[in-house]
Amino acid sequence: MSTAPISTTLRRETRARTGARKRRGSAERPAWMEQPNPAAQTLKFLVIVAMIVAVGYPFLLAIGTSLSSKAELAANGGYVLFPSHPTLESYRVVMSGGVITRAAIVSVGVTVVGTALSLLCTIALAYGLSRPRTFAGKPLLLIVVGTFLFTPGIIPNYLVVQQLGLIDSYGAMIAPILLNAFNIIVVRSFFQGIPDELHEAARLDGAGELTILCRIVLPLSKAVVAVVGMFYAVTYWNSFFNAMLYINDPDKLPLQVILRSYVLQGDTFNAKALGVSVVPATTSLSMAVLILAVLPIIAVYPFLQKYFVKGVLTGAIKA
Amino acid sequence: MSAAASASPMSASHNPPDPQHEDPGTSGRKGRKRAGKRPLRERLRQDRTLLLLCVPGILYFAVFFYLPLAGNSVAFQDYQPYLGFKGSPLVGWDNFKALFEQPEFWTAVWNTLKISAVQLILYFPAPIALALFLNSLISNKTRRLMQTVVYLPHFLSWVVVVGMFQQVFGGAGTVSSYLNDHGVHVGNIMNNPDTFMYLVTSQSVWKDAGWGAIIFLAAMASIDTSLYESAAMDGAGWLRRIWHITLPGIRPVVIMLLILRLGDILSVGFEQILLQRDNVGRGASEVLDTYVYFHGVVDGDWGMSTAAGLMKGVIGFVMIVLANKFAHRLGEQGVYQ
Repeated sequence: MSTAPISTTLRRETRARTGARKRRGSAERPAWMEQPNPAAQTLKFLVIVAMIVAVGYPFLLAIGTSLSSKAELAANGGYVLFPSHPTLESYRVVMSGGVITRAAIVSVGVTVVGTALSLLCTIALAYGLSRPRTFAGKPLLLIVVGTFLFTPGIIPNYLVVQQLGLIDSYGAMIAPILLNAFNIIVVRSFFQGIPDELHEAARLDGAGELTILCRIVLPLSKAVVAVVGMFYAVTYWNSFFNAMLYINDPDKLPLQVILRSYVLQGDTFNAKALGVSVVPATTSLSMAVLILAVLPIIAVYPFLQKYFVKGVLTGAIKA
Repeated sequence: MSAAASASPMSASHNPPDPQHEDPGTSGRKGRKRAGKRPLRERLRQDRTLLLLCVPGILYFAVFFYLPLAGNSVAFQDYQPYLGFKGSPLVGWDNFKALFEQPEFWTAVWNTLKISAVQLILYFPAPIALALFLNSLISNKTRRLMQTVVYLPHFLSWVVVVGMFQQVFGGAGTVSSYLNDHGVHVGNIMNNPDTFMYLVTSQSVWKDAGWGAIIFLAAMASIDTSLYESAAMDGAGWLRRIWHITLPGIRPVVIMLLILRLGDILSVGFEQILLQRDNVGRGASEVLDTYVYFHGVVDGDWGMSTAAGLMKGVIGFVMIVLANKFAHRLGEQGVYQ
């Protein structure tokens, strides 16, 4: 199993790309396929436009609204797509050092620390399980795969976190989602695709498993580590329920919880908590918080996009 | 570092052991063929680095997965936080009996099944349809652009997704105000309990249909193109090619995902529904997961809500096993053998 699908996809993609470069445009159409029918082409084009609008419109609306002034929002009934006099007032409030800034810092901290820990444990476990015929390798793998079959349930999870004394600690936002069996399987199958000859050669040079992992396996696995790392980072950044469940101290709440209270529960902004004297328009400020919550995702998305199809593919086929 | 830790035997098949290549330091470990017969202590010693690497991860799953799994025993206890797991009295099936007498529990079950059914019918085919569409795009550039566009929403949190729906379909939302102003009375779509199940399904489609299409696209990419070619030679149009080649080609994947979906039949987007529960009220939005959360963590009825959660877990497990068996009977591969 392992990397066979990766190499096939890669090959197919390279072939497609070189083909495109050579012939350009519609020449990608294989010879046996019938000539495009104008009606079908138009329909396809309309579907494409509809999809782009469906995904893009909410983003543009949120950006437009976050840049609008109170008066303009009132005149337009709540939301504005293209503000006539864009103002950065809302973003200034977001950055002013109040509740929102603090929540953003908590989110960044949890995401950075959590992702580092997750990656460390995932790589270690995936490598430990990737070598053939390791002592107890099969039962250990079953322990990981077994997590696909059951879910422990909310209450027992809560009780365990509570018994560990993690309530109201940053650890409660990391520990319960530290590892994901799917990610471990993805990394493991990638490691397994690395030729045995490399291990053998390193071993002859006197390298132990740790040296092999750090010097040979990891440098060859940058792509999969990047993808899995970003999966973890996105999970931490987006996680909302764990914080809602385990965190009561308002100073430790992450951005998603704050976003929920303003955007979905309609909590009013309090000038003092925000650290400003005058609160800008509520919707505008809400949307600024929403954009703040989306921004890191948009920033890493192009990198993620480059790799993740491959990563998901191996994992999906393996699992 | 030492070669002693160098662990596991190579696959003897394509790399025959050569005693001369052994590190002299390896306390007399000879041919790797005997790997399986080595004494336990030596195997432990040889694999110790690998085993140590496994420790943090395995420990994690033990504490945060298997321990809570065992913690489901709370379902058979009158659990009191100050008495703990050990001190709380056992009550047998009392929690389940009390649970079944609660009308709210049955509302939650009914809502869960209702939303799940709508999702199965309306959401499940969406990624397949999307994959068919993306696969039909001939220009690689366009296809890649569309993939970039439709995968994006998967990476947004539910809070953001619901927030975005709010600004479009909420009371002051752009689309709902437009419709209300132009004679189509839709009111506040986000607050309408009658259409709630369609609302959550459309949110799921918006967020995850693109991402879900990846696996079908991969399955479609592995179909032999010469099949299409010969079908076209024989005069099969694009619709017939989809029906007779593409769909049969992705059938194993569709069945596999359908089985997994059936295992999740009682999970219907916990965060997503929790976030909107206040908008539409409990009558339409209380599902099993939110029921467990509110009765357990919020109201402190630990035993009974664990019983509800446990039941949900067991039913999910049984559904996967049954669906898999059924798939085998139909000659499909299923999720596992």
